[in-house]
Amino acid sequence: MKGLEPLPTVDRGSVVPGSDMQWQRVVWPVVVFVAGIVLWDLVVRIGEIPPYLLPGPVLVFQTLIADWSVLSESLGVTLLTALEGFIAAAIGGIALALLFNQSKWLEYSLLPYAIVLQVTPVIAIAPLMLIYLPQQTAVVVCAWIVAFFPVLANTTLGLNSVDRNLAGLFQLYRASRWQVLRYLQLPAALPFILGGLRIAGGLSLIGAVAAEIAAGAAGAGSGLAYRISESSYRLNIPRMFAALLLLSVAGIVIYMLLALVSHGLLRRWHESALRKEK
Amino acid sequence: MVEPALSSNDAPTAVRLRGVTKVYDNGTVALGPLDLDIRKGEFVSLLGSSGCGKSTALRLIAGLIAPSAGTLDVAARSSGHAIGFVFQEPTLMPWSTIRENVRLPLKLAHMPDAQSTARVDEVLAQVGLADFAGAYPRELSGGMKMRASLARALVTEPDILLMDEPFAALDEITRFRLNNDLLALWRELGKTVIFVTHSVFESVYLSQRVVVMTSRPGRVSAECHIESSEPRDDAFRTSMAYAGYCRDVSQALMTASDAAFNETKARA
Repeated sequence: MKGLEPLPTVDRGSVVPGSDMQWQRVVWPVVVFVAGIVLWDLVVRIGEIPPYLLPGPVLVFQTLIADWSVLSESLGVTLLTALEGFIAAAIGGIALALLFNQSKWLEYSLLPYAIVLQVTPVIAIAPLMLIYLPQQTAVVVCAWIVAFFPVLANTTLGLNSVDRNLAGLFQLYRASRWQVLRYLQLPAALPFILGGLRIAGGLSLIGAVAAEIAAGAAGAGSGLAYRISESSYRLNIPRMFAALLLLSVAGIVIYMLLALVSHGLLRRWHESALRKEK
Repeated sequence: MVEPALSSNDAPTAVRLRGVTKVYDNGTVALGPLDLDIRKGEFVSLLGSSGCGKSTALRLIAGLIAPSAGTLDVAARSSGHAIGFVFQEPTLMPWSTIRENVRLPLKLAHMPDAQSTARVDEVLAQVGLADFAGAYPRELSGGMKMRASLARALVTEPDILLMDEPFAALDEITRFRLNNDLLALWRELGKTVIFVTHSVFESVYLSQRVVVMTSRPGRVSAECHIESSEPRDDAFRTSMAYAGYCRDVSQALMTASDAAFNETKARA
């Protein structure tokens, strides 16, 4: 082709990282954390609160180190349960959303039951699961029940949020249903799916812990939730706090890992992963 | 200068609409009855106020929606040839590079990438985006995105190019530049172009024929043949002839609008 005017060069690397803002995202949470620890320590020291009511942060840290072998083993068990529940939720939620998208009949038939599972508290379902299923399976199923609905709901929303004109374009070029799904719906739904997975990551841990507590009450289990229950019965409150601390850190790590995956997949094109231009 | 619709011509008909109406599910009568003939290789603009059914007419021609009544004969569709469509927005897939966006119609036609790459690169060069093939849509300006959209519409070498107010959101300078580029492409490729716009000036500058439509439901109110020496350029845009055509088309548009207003008033 001749005759078209040359285009001005666009600096594709013009997105400037907000470097001076980046440190604030790290520093401020750390400042709040340190202030919270100091305040906690002061409250315990000044109020002379006994450790079986509220242990100070130093004692909790010491307990964490002293009981590390027990707690880390339990953490491994809980994380494995959460991971299995998460994988089941991711596969089940995405697969069900795809089926719903391909068949309205299926969506109308099954969605109400998915909602029933979502709104029923897992702590109420867990004892039933423990009756009907082997203990480890029951715990994983509970983690799955809690985690799968956000994946299902987000994926369904994403698959239905396709740009109308792009859908028209695929229609114009007589794209097959599979091509529409592969080249249009799934990429368009990806940010929604990843958002659902980020929620599901935390929820699978919550589901695993809730089920472990139910299982622990039934007299078995070695996950972190079981250690919390056990410590509660023995009034070993510092270990209880240490276990809670581990759970919180595990939850944060899960969230950050999933956020990292999400960022890696979306960083080239999606607004949520793009740095603000200065 | 202003003539009734359906002027005859010897060139083969690319698009023929007879008594076409479109009533949407909510009861809105968007179009018709619309009678329109468009000849092969012709550049025709559909001009009318917002909501008059111009885009609906374009979508009907593309086969994206079905008419409620009437007959619609699009030679390209019945012969299995491709139709290119450029939307008001660039409508690019943000997750794909410009090259992959342009390749999409060929990919949907199951053409292997190894085969389609040469064609994609050729059409990217045609619209001046050869250096931006690996960029993502967000990295391009509005005008460049529209060029990418145009490249995607042209990649299948369609018989008909349908354009739905493609430059409406662009600034004046970019719009002028793209108008010239579009005319250059049309002269070179000889496609039938149906261009929807609400800009009198744009329609006169680009088209061989301007079809003025009434307010909703859209019908053909008048046609204006634009006769000027080719290639059109900025000299034409500043000529007395251009100003005269713009005046005539504006007048036809006002007449169409007044007629629709009076009709609505009489009905009320």
